[in-house]
Amino acid sequence: MSAADVTSVAYLAAAVLFILGLKGLARPRTAPRGNLLGASGMLVAVLATLLDRSIVDFRVLLAGLVVGSAIGAVLAVRVRMTGMPQLVALFNGFGGGASVLVAGASFLEVVDKGRVDDQLAVAAALTALIGIVTLTGSLVAFAKLQEVLSLRGFRGQGVLRALLAVVAVASATMVVVSPGDVGWFWLLVGAGALLGVLGTVAIGGADMPVVIALLNAFSGLAASTAGFVLDNPLLIIAGSLVGASGVILTRIMCTSMNRSLFDVVFGSMAAGGVVADAEDVYGDRVTSTSAEEVAMILEVAERVAIVPGYGMAVAQAQHAVRDLMRTLNDAGTEVVFGIHPVAGRMPGHMNVLLAEAEIDYECLLDMDQVNPTFAQTDVTIVIGANDVVNPLARTDPASPIAGMPILNVDESRTVVVIKRSLGTGFAGIPNPLFAADGTLMLFGDGKKAVLDVVAALLNA
Amino acid sequence: MTLLIALTLFVLAVFLGMELITKVPATLHTPLMSGSNAVSGITLIGAMVSAGTDHSTLTTVLGFVAVVLATINVVGGFLVTGRMLAMFSSGRRKGS
Repeated sequence: MSAADVTSVAYLAAAVLFILGLKGLARPRTAPRGNLLGASGMLVAVLATLLDRSIVDFRVLLAGLVVGSAIGAVLAVRVRMTGMPQLVALFNGFGGGASVLVAGASFLEVVDKGRVDDQLAVAAALTALIGIVTLTGSLVAFAKLQEVLSLRGFRGQGVLRALLAVVAVASATMVVVSPGDVGWFWLLVGAGALLGVLGTVAIGGADMPVVIALLNAFSGLAASTAGFVLDNPLLIIAGSLVGASGVILTRIMCTSMNRSLFDVVFGSMAAGGVVADAEDVYGDRVTSTSAEEVAMILEVAERVAIVPGYGMAVAQAQHAVRDLMRTLNDAGTEVVFGIHPVAGRMPGHMNVLLAEAEIDYECLLDMDQVNPTFAQTDVTIVIGANDVVNPLARTDPASPIAGMPILNVDESRTVVVIKRSLGTGFAGIPNPLFAADGTLMLFGDGKKAVLDVVAALLNA
Repeated sequence: MTLLIALTLFVLAVFLGMELITKVPATLHTPLMSGSNAVSGITLIGAMVSAGTDHSTLTTVLGFVAVVLATINVVGGFLVTGRMLAMFSSGRRKGS
């Protein structure tokens, strides 16, 4: 068997390991092993590539591996769970960036040797465009999530974006028509870079889960098209697996917000929509409560549901919420968590935050599991969530969030909402839940409010 | 590899990916994303060839940067996924 055959067989093994790894990630019990399988697939692929006969100098290559491993390890060990969306965005971007560079280097090499065919030129142009949009889009998403950048959209952004798209398509065409002029390739990369920035800069915080899922799909797709450039089946297979996964997550996130991908990327809230006046909705019907009163209600409750939103993470209240859960459990009260698919800054983010606070994942119910149980729930505690529990989505077809799937917390006997004020959520509309008969508002900082309730429970 | 074979691989892998991922519960979406993200760092093997081939200084430099970026993606991605999944399993032990 030649060295090339060994490499091919190793790539096949790596592809199988990736598939088994993704399959393992489908269940909490098998997920750690799935991750290990994926990592070993990567190791097999890297070792097999070292056998490649076109590699003549290992110094640069090994230096790159060492530097990259060190940076990656530090980032992975240091990141806090609240910062996970930023980190995943950053890694997405780096993957996309690497694909552009690989396609670029490979393209330049064949151009120099005068052996460009149409397939290679088309694949290189696609990789350059998708990869660079992934890179700059991810960097902007990272900066927005990290809150170092708070740019919004600007007038004329749509026109500029359309112009850039035309430049990108034109230069991509020229890359194929006249591959010898590598200037077109770099023009394509430049236009794509600006497109990535303009495409993400106007996207609001609550839409971030969609953006991150979409960038995840792009990074996979870029790896896959790079596989067409390099004629490498492993890149094609692994890249398309990831691309498919990103597409599915993007679709789930869009459905959960009742927003089309178009609306998210082009920055419009659902068309039209009549925003009710806050005064009409709240009037003097909002009932404010105290930690002691909440504790008294909780003492007699048999079943409690907690609905966390991103506000809980902002208040760093996860551990306080866990204490509340344990206190209630010790008193024999059943506690579950109801988690909306977009209750964080990336898909599944809330689950990770609660898992970090050592809350058993079996208590974390998704929307379809928890919704039928609210009618049998004595007390539902909403902390840091707003739009995802707004009954207007169900009742008012004229509302901007009409039709968005929500958690039907208003079906439970009593609802306690822990919130700083009556301020609106991302959708910018008032929430009739806060003025409903069975709702008590506990105003204040999320963490302090929960700790006060725990203290009141323990003192009783 | 002919274009037709490459396209066949692409289409079949997309379908396989859809089948695999649709079964993942919402609880695991974040680790799924960071884990699959690490897999997309497979570009690394292309970058290694670019960095190691003695073609021109420019392609070597591009290859080096690509190796660094892809390695960050791969190593960081798998490590952070492992960190998250460890939290899920420790939560489980306490609960049961």
